[in-house]
Amino acid sequence: MSPAQPLHQGRLIPHFPGGTVRQKTGSWRIFRPVLDVEKCNNCLLCWIFCPDGAIDREEKWVTIGLDFCKGCGICENECPTDAITMVKEGK
Amino acid sequence: MSGVISVRPKDLPFDESVVGHLGCSGCGAFVAVRLALKILGDQTMLAIPACCVLATTCFYPQVPLKVPTLMTAFPATAATASGIAAGLRHLGKKKEITVVGLAGDGGTADIGIQALSGALDRGDQILYICYDNEAYMNTGVQRSGATPKGARTTTTPGGQRGMWESSPKKDLLSIVAAHGIPYAATSCISFPQDFMQKLAKAAQVEDGPSFIHVLAPCPPGWGYASEKTIELGKLAVEAGVFILREWENGEMKVTRKLRKRKPLAEYLKPQARFRHLTDEEIKAMEEEIARAWETIS
Amino acid sequence: MAEFKFINGNEAVAYGVKLARAGVVAAYPITPQTKIVEKLSELIADRELEAEFVKVESEHSAMAACLGAASVGARAFTASSSQGLAYMFEMLSYTAGSRFPVVMAIVNRAMAPPWNIWCDHQDSISCRDTGWIQYYVESAQEALDTVVQAFRVSEHPEVMTPAMVCLDAFVLSHTEEPVAIPSQDAVDAFLPPYNPPYRMDVENPMTFSAGAFPDSYMEFKYGQHLAFQVVPRVMREVEDDWERKVGRSYGGPLEAYRCEDAEVALVTVGTATGTARLVVDSLRESGRKAGLIKLRLFRPFPVEELRETARSLKAIGVLDRNLSFGFEGAVFSEVKAALYGLPARPLAAGFVAGLGGRDINVEQVEQMYDRLESASRTGLMEREVEFIGLKGVAV
Ligand SMILES: Cc1ncc(C[n+]2csc(CCOP(=O)(O)OP(=O)(O)O)c2C)c(N)n1
Ligand code: SF4
Ligand code: SF4
Ligand code: SF4
Repeated sequence: MSPAQPLHQGRLIPHFPGGTVRQKTGSWRIFRPVLDVEKCNNCLLCWIFCPDGAIDREEKWVTIGLDFCKGCGICENECPTDAITMVKEGK
Repeated sequence: MSGVISVRPKDLPFDESVVGHLGCSGCGAFVAVRLALKILGDQTMLAIPACCVLATTCFYPQVPLKVPTLMTAFPATAATASGIAAGLRHLGKKKEITVVGLAGDGGTADIGIQALSGALDRGDQILYICYDNEAYMNTGVQRSGATPKGARTTTTPGGQRGMWESSPKKDLLSIVAAHGIPYAATSCISFPQDFMQKLAKAAQVEDGPSFIHVLAPCPPGWGYASEKTIELGKLAVEAGVFILREWENGEMKVTRKLRKRKPLAEYLKPQARFRHLTDEEIKAMEEEIARAWETIS
Repeated sequence: MAEFKFINGNEAVAYGVKLARAGVVAAYPITPQTKIVEKLSELIADRELEAEFVKVESEHSAMAACLGAASVGARAFTASSSQGLAYMFEMLSYTAGSRFPVVMAIVNRAMAPPWNIWCDHQDSISCRDTGWIQYYVESAQEALDTVVQAFRVSEHPEVMTPAMVCLDAFVLSHTEEPVAIPSQDAVDAFLPPYNPPYRMDVENPMTFSAGAFPDSYMEFKYGQHLAFQVVPRVMREVEDDWERKVGRSYGGPLEAYRCEDAEVALVTVGTATGTARLVVDSLRESGRKAGLIKLRLFRPFPVEELRETARSLKAIGVLDRNLSFGFEGAVFSEVKAALYGLPARPLAAGFVAGLGGRDINVEQVEQMYDRLESASRTGLMEREVEFIGLKGVAV
């Protein structure tokens, strides 16, 4: 690093591109949400309430992305049709 | 921001603007941030002070927020947002961009209230969102001005002197409304339609500041299992503890009236922070709630 | 063509800000800085300066608003003094650490209690390590010129660091003198519109003033340190250009006055320089080899320039209008530290004087030179630190 190095290059200014994400927070999970698509009526409540934006919307139902799902269980708790069940990781 | 915004789930954008944050599992604050960004869209700039949302989104290489964000000092949210707005105005860019201050209850009701009052008084065109988890969570659950009476926090630990939180929750909405700003409202993440509708209104204000105070339950801070975040937010409203209101055109109205309030115990019992309360104390609190409803309706 | 106006230091600062075409001014009044805020409000109200004025409710908010404004690419300015600067302290390191080139005028005033509104450098000196460039000026003209130059130095892509332009309370802030106001064309040719290498932008969303873990925090601080290291060079380039376009120069980070063959010299900061100039002139008339070092830049500290000037001196004195309790005047410590690396160093004495607006008169400065000369004769500095003009207290 030399003093002549332009400051906006290199890492000497604490500003970073938004949406930079290295860590997959799904690794924190203890329980995993499992969706029964048969029961899903696509009401999107789980999608609305997921604090981690882990749920994706599809044509007929939702899908749960496990990269960032922390396993909080909100989706299971709020699903009006009991389409989601929390299952212990590793089982 | 202009045009009619639909808050029906099916019409909301798919884009996620804060995936990969380091907030706790089941964090209510992030439900608020996620939904807010769905309504506000990408023509938004954020000023965020020290708080959970900052601490869980600002550490490189995990900076998930996809809108331009300026992290600022704990007391400085509103003033920082005012500065952003002034800069944009000077550069002729303010019209297209919504400038948002996003802070916790401590950063709003306590240390940031002076800067907030200044910005509201000046009539700066900023949208201020206070997500309320009812304590200083980022530093480990100390009481704030928004902590409700009777709650246990790490600085109101009860003990032999029964030193639980002794003063009622600050009425932020009334304080803000007293500045005579165009629009202010309370909401709760468990009522997403209400929250998003109010946000959309707030974002469309064109002649001054707007303010949203959104209740956002916090599993570790309140002491409950993470799946109950939405459920508890609902109970807070339905038991009449947290009142959904709106200040518009110089008038305050209750936007969610309750035909019958749920028993307070249903709301308090699942939370460790209220576990010490006796049935008599809960009854007395219920009476206080009844009185509060009488005075506002 | 320059136009002459009979104005005080505060107004000179306001004209500097106007000529620099600041885009956002956010400031809060405090004696003796108030006139800067008032004058700028007037200039903005009359559209003589096309800027946004944010009527903040405190100095903390003033700097927060400057931070916000600078983050989107607006040239931002504020001014404060003493208690106001202290109240702003938290935001100083925010602005500096975020690398936004805000410029702020500080009208140096004593810290209370005892309550006192007069000149003293304790306020800005206490902010030494917040990551701000610090300039100190001697005249209203220099205040105007330095404000404009400060924007250009701070906005240099290798610098991107905020700056304080410090001027003495009352002696400078409230005393009128003829000041040449450069033409807007000359200043526009000197200072291009602010176009930062990074800014908040919805097309390119970034997280600004992010957090850093122990594995990278130190590098960011080192980055600030590197920026400071290029400041003396950039400052000289900028001053040369100012001289070409406007016709004035103050000699870079420090001015060595009659130092060529000097055996003793006094280091001064701010308006005390004027008094010391008179003393040096009269000492020179009687054949005494006395010089004067006017410190214009306190941060970064101009180590090289000081060494160059001081290496041939037999004794050096430092006049401090501040006091680091339990030690000595802060500038004295810095001067000694800077000279420590020389193989042979002059003897050194620190003089604390003029606290809380007490006059620093010719006799006192003469007394300082006498002390330096006697040390240079005997090779011994009798007392390292001395309070000058202290009344009836045993020291
Ligand atoms: C001036 C200052 N004082 C104290 C702190 C420490 N601090 C950081 S965040 C925080 C609490 C934040 O509470 P709140 O605003 O309610 O947000 P939450 O953490 O609950 O999300 C405190 C006390 C600080 N950063 N700055
Ligand atoms: S809440 Fe249940 S029914 Fe509704 S979309 Fe999610 S899984 Fe399907
Ligand atoms: S368990 Fe929690 S984080 Fe995972 S998908 Fe359900 S709501 Fe989202
Ligand atoms: S402490 Fe509470 S508010 Fe903070 S991140 Fe965790 S759940 Fe969210």
